[in-house]
Amino acid sequence: MIQLNINGRPYRVAVEADTPLLWVIREHVGLTGTKYGCGVAQCGACSIHLNGQLVRSCSLPVSAVKATDKITTIEGISADNSHPVQKAWAEIDVPQCGYCQSGQVMAAVALLKRKPKPTDKDIDEVMTNICRCGTYHRIRAAVHIAAGSTKVSATEVPVTTDQQTV
Amino acid sequence: MNNKQQVGAELDPTRRQFLVSSAAVGGGLAIGIQLPFGATEAAAQSAADAAEVGIWVAIRPDDTCVIRIVRSEMGQGTRTGLAQLVAEELECDWKRVTVEQVTAGRNVKSKRAWGDMSTGGSRGIRTSQEYVRGGGAVARTMLLQAAANEWQVPVAELKVAAGVITHASSGRTTTYGKVATAAAKLPQPDYKSIQLKNPKDWKIAGKPLKRLDTLDKLNGQKKFGFDLQLPGMLHATVKDCPVYGGKLVSFDDAKVKTMPGVKQVLRVNATTVGVVADTWWRAKKALDALPIVWDEGPNAKVNSASIAEHLKSGLTSDDAFADTNTGDAINAIAGATKKIEAVYSVPFSGHAMMEPINCTVKLSADRAELWIPSQNADASIATLSTATGLPQTQCEVYIQDLGGGFGRRGVQDVVGQAVAIAKNYPGVPVKLAWSREEDQSHDFYRPIAQCKLSAGVDANGNLAGMHIRVSGQSINAYLNPAAIIGGKDKRQLQGMWPEPHDAQFGYTHPNLKIEYAMRNTHIPVGAWRGVNTNQNGIFTECFMDEVARLAGKDPLAFRRALMAERPKHLGVLNAAAERAGWGKPLPAGRFRGIAQFMGYASYSAAVAEVSVSAKGEVKVHRMVFALDCGHIVNPDQVNSQIEGSVAYGMTALQSEVSVAQGRIVETNFHNYRVMRIAEMPKVETVLVPTGDFWGGVGEPTICVVVPAIMNAILAATGKPVRALPLEKQGLKLV
Repeated sequence: MIQLNINGRPYRVAVEADTPLLWVIREHVGLTGTKYGCGVAQCGACSIHLNGQLVRSCSLPVSAVKATDKITTIEGISADNSHPVQKAWAEIDVPQCGYCQSGQVMAAVALLKRKPKPTDKDIDEVMTNICRCGTYHRIRAAVHIAAGSTKVSATEVPVTTDQQTV
Repeated sequence: MNNKQQVGAELDPTRRQFLVSSAAVGGGLAIGIQLPFGATEAAAQSAADAAEVGIWVAIRPDDTCVIRIVRSEMGQGTRTGLAQLVAEELECDWKRVTVEQVTAGRNVKSKRAWGDMSTGGSRGIRTSQEYVRGGGAVARTMLLQAAANEWQVPVAELKVAAGVITHASSGRTTTYGKVATAAAKLPQPDYKSIQLKNPKDWKIAGKPLKRLDTLDKLNGQKKFGFDLQLPGMLHATVKDCPVYGGKLVSFDDAKVKTMPGVKQVLRVNATTVGVVADTWWRAKKALDALPIVWDEGPNAKVNSASIAEHLKSGLTSDDAFADTNTGDAINAIAGATKKIEAVYSVPFSGHAMMEPINCTVKLSADRAELWIPSQNADASIATLSTATGLPQTQCEVYIQDLGGGFGRRGVQDVVGQAVAIAKNYPGVPVKLAWSREEDQSHDFYRPIAQCKLSAGVDANGNLAGMHIRVSGQSINAYLNPAAIIGGKDKRQLQGMWPEPHDAQFGYTHPNLKIEYAMRNTHIPVGAWRGVNTNQNGIFTECFMDEVARLAGKDPLAFRRALMAERPKHLGVLNAAAERAGWGKPLPAGRFRGIAQFMGYASYSAAVAEVSVSAKGEVKVHRMVFALDCGHIVNPDQVNSQIEGSVAYGMTALQSEVSVAQGRIVETNFHNYRVMRIAEMPKVETVLVPTGDFWGGVGEPTICVVVPAIMNAILAATGKPVRALPLEKQGLKLV
């Protein structure tokens, strides 16, 4: 029996010690917001926070997690989308299909905790999660919005729409 | 000892509570969406408290307007766009709009009243816009008539705005919710008898409204097919023979069948072995440990080099068919002052949707149910019916929102596998989910192709003639041979067609020859966002820059001279060039490239700004796009699709799917490199809808992404890039 603390609640699960934390969260605890994308820590869809640190849970065996470790999943960020990152994401409709966005939000929350006013370079270094819909343009803009640094140059405005008739 | 019930019982605080609350969210209260995965219960619920006013609209007493959607949502925003079109004609309050996905079984039982459910070819809006707008208009007409009947006044005296009906002379008002029950009993007019609004008068459609489906993607509540949880569900995963055309010989389940949670190791079909377990992870772990013997067959000798040789033979063979053969291109080139010949090649590309392939099947003697993230509900229910032997009227398909599609999820291969497994478990839902490795190595890839292009220019630098010979694999030959008429597979020349309206070649010339020689391989191919406009855009547009250089002309000016008969192609080319500042100075070290192409009835052009370091590091700083898709239903979502096409297209610059010993080499993101945020350029869009046609949006712009960048690389280095990925040319995206 393994004890875990997820989103501030205690859980006891009977799983093999080598089960990746991702699958414990998804299949034994039943929280499916954390996604499987690659299983080899490449894509970041499974990103969670372990004691505040950004971790790719598909490659972390549950045996490496202590009962006292604090695990936060996307469900623990806020259920009502009130976190500044969620608000920024909603403000400019970042998601397309949405499958990677749990991981993207987890990465952004971790980044902003460490660097409240991140530069584009900071974003490039931390926000390495894959999005195949290609929402990167808006993810970058939304991180800046969440950081409260929306006073950016015109080319950094998330969406440029110019309808005209030819 | 490891069955599902025990696992559940061990859970501390509240698995039961979780399941209950997640079901509530599945009902869509938080997000305004009703997903029908509660099966018949959900349908019954919606019918119970909502009055059906025509087939596209149901209205609740509280004025909520439920708009029916039949196309799949894979991120492209069609759900919101279609709802905007219905709501526009309905004249309802947008804030009270929710949507409901129609199930495939319901469409079958209604004699396909909702029409085509497939979602591909950028058709979701353009081929249904008229009848869904009509559906909104029908409902509005019925609702107004119901109010007129109640008040005993002529319907012409009524006005409606935001779902509130007003009779000005008597000062009476009512709402859609109050008259919906009476309206539902009125005869439905034919939508074709109702004048639809002029798009110039649109108030809901055409506006950059927020998507209806964003919020639950931000807090973990969104359920994709991979996340589906049903009571008593079993989990399965499979391995198909790694070499296409090979067979499963045997497997030794002695060690794995006693692994925790494992229920069964089974032969799924002639080429596939699977494991069923109480959780997916346990199934996968057992499958990974399973000794399997394959008969790889003769295709095990095939590799990328042998495929390249096979395609090369098609560049000069006499088995090609000419789709365009104007004048005498061959002799015109031979007699030209200057000549150029180039051979381009593109590799296979994989879809790599973020959500791996999956579906869930539940079978009983007289009923089959399927939950699937599918781009084609029609094909899903047909496949389910064939695989189970049950008529479609005894089948049901609940389309799950897709974690990416890009063309891959139009193919229903996983359904047959899942049915074969679920037949062993009557009454029990079985979810079959592929690993990333299975997904990457059993895709329907973007076809591999080569192209030989020749051109000549006269003494004044004008084009004397052009000859384009494409050699490559045919999608139709693999998936739809009936579409090849008389051995002529026009589809592989998409974007180079002489005919207008869908994917017309952007240039005309008295001496022009465009041909295709089919060279198939054993690798499955299929639709990959943009399909054949991808490679054909690269071939044509990159070579056009090479010819312009030979002629000593500016690439934009050289193109314009060939586009007098293609005003819409020229329109977007000019719009992109103007916004990008074509011809104006750039910072030192930056260079521009331009491209235009047509696909999916829309016209696209792009300008890329690129720098190339001495080490061959390619940085794409900025891309400007112009798109004429005729009409725009939601400009913000159009921009999203253009931005997304940049990332998807640029992946094709930096990665390939290659073949060794008959099998796919790139099996996960460690060796199939895809775009990440650091490589993403700034994207600007100029939307120039001409309003006289309806074109697609999801795919069209991808065909100009890569050639615009490759042409900027040519401008920077003086050396054309004729083969991808870039890394094989000593270049690397940064």
